[in-house]
Amino acid sequence: MHEMSLAEGVLQIVEDTAKREGARRVSLVVLEIGKLSTVVPEALSFCFEAVTRGSVAEGARLEWVELPGQAYCMQCEQAVPLEAVYDPCPQCGSGQLQLIQGNEMRVKEMQIEQ
Amino acid sequence: MCNVCGCGSGEIRIEGVAAGQADLRPTVHRHADGSVHAHDHSHDHDHSHAQIAGRDGSGDLHFGHGPAHAHAPGLSQARMVQIEQDILSKNDRYAETNRGQLQQRGIFAINLVSSPGSGKTTLLVRTIEALGGSLTTTVIEGDQQTTNDAERIRATGARAIQINTGKGCHLDAQMVGDAIERLNPPDDSLLLIENVGNLVCPASFDLGEAHKVAILSVTEGEDKPLKYPDMFRAADLMLLNKIDLLPYLSFDVERALAAALQVNPRLQVIQVSATTGAGFDEWLAWLRQGAAASCRQRAQADHGSTTFSAGREPAVAAQG
Repeated sequence: MHEMSLAEGVLQIVEDTAKREGARRVSLVVLEIGKLSTVVPEALSFCFEAVTRGSVAEGARLEWVELPGQAYCMQCEQAVPLEAVYDPCPQCGSGQLQLIQGNEMRVKEMQIEQ
Repeated sequence: MCNVCGCGSGEIRIEGVAAGQADLRPTVHRHADGSVHAHDHSHDHDHSHAQIAGRDGSGDLHFGHGPAHAHAPGLSQARMVQIEQDILSKNDRYAETNRGQLQQRGIFAINLVSSPGSGKTTLLVRTIEALGGSLTTTVIEGDQQTTNDAERIRATGARAIQINTGKGCHLDAQMVGDAIERLNPPDDSLLLIENVGNLVCPASFDLGEAHKVAILSVTEGEDKPLKYPDMFRAADLMLLNKIDLLPYLSFDVERALAAALQVNPRLQVIQVSATTGAGFDEWLAWLRQGAAASCRQRAQADHGSTTFSAGREPAVAAQG
């Protein structure tokens, strides 16, 4: 996986925010990771530790909130839970699904010290 | 370097020259008093940094002068900052810039993705030869090392530029933006981007292309789309390559197509052989149609048509 690039993406956002907020140190970074996204949070966490060395976020804790998969089923005309991106609708078996949640890879918030 | 996949940064080379990606990370250092701060550049100074902690300019250390006026000894003031920003937002911004530039110039850009050894470069060479100058084509080649692929493309007479990602496992939009600038493809042309051979990482990185085209060869497993669903879900077209070898293999075409469509019901499929040219009529027609649409959109935009929407081709919005 490409978690190293993603970790660098996280660090970029964290550093930009830290600079804007005048942070002396970043102690916690919280991510929102969709269950169906292309990221393995544990691997990202490992890479995050590596890329933050020597930065304002050195030693910061990385936490993540997992967002479950959810899709809109055209047949059922309602939102249904989705375990995997290529799964059919768990209610009617249709493949006509529009993903509404689960693809997220976001930096949600962070804790800074000033 | 990432121990998970081996990707890394700082080793990107375009045609052997280090890409102009300066490390903008500030130099961060810790002082004897424990305060840490960052400089965007290095400089000499003879004042003390103690006031950083107290910010009162007196040189004294005071941790109670922040917004919360807390006086707990040894505790600095922490607060949460809401961000809500996509991790890939930087890449996506570069991708949108690339997309806008390509659309403005009527360039139809395709991002070709597959495992190593699926026959991407051979397919590109054959495609350029078959187009035979009827559609000007330029190529961006992505590989970890060597300029071999770009040289193979140049042998056809087409202009090509090689990006070496070093330890990186995918092309990103910034690399492609740099390459487009150097390659400078002509207006109303076809731009083929051959991504690093990898069925995982390139799926997440939008380069600003009109379509991702996944290549699956019949020497691979039929269930590959199920094993690597992200890539087949991100693609709009799948080329099933090397079909000339089918008589010698136990590859089940129907099973492979069913797997691909299970992952992405909107996926178009064309069966081809880059060796014999089978299926090329359909593949070239698909390319010409896309290129003609890009050219038309540019012409309409140039004439200031108000009905034209400069958005991405509506074609096939992948699920999600």
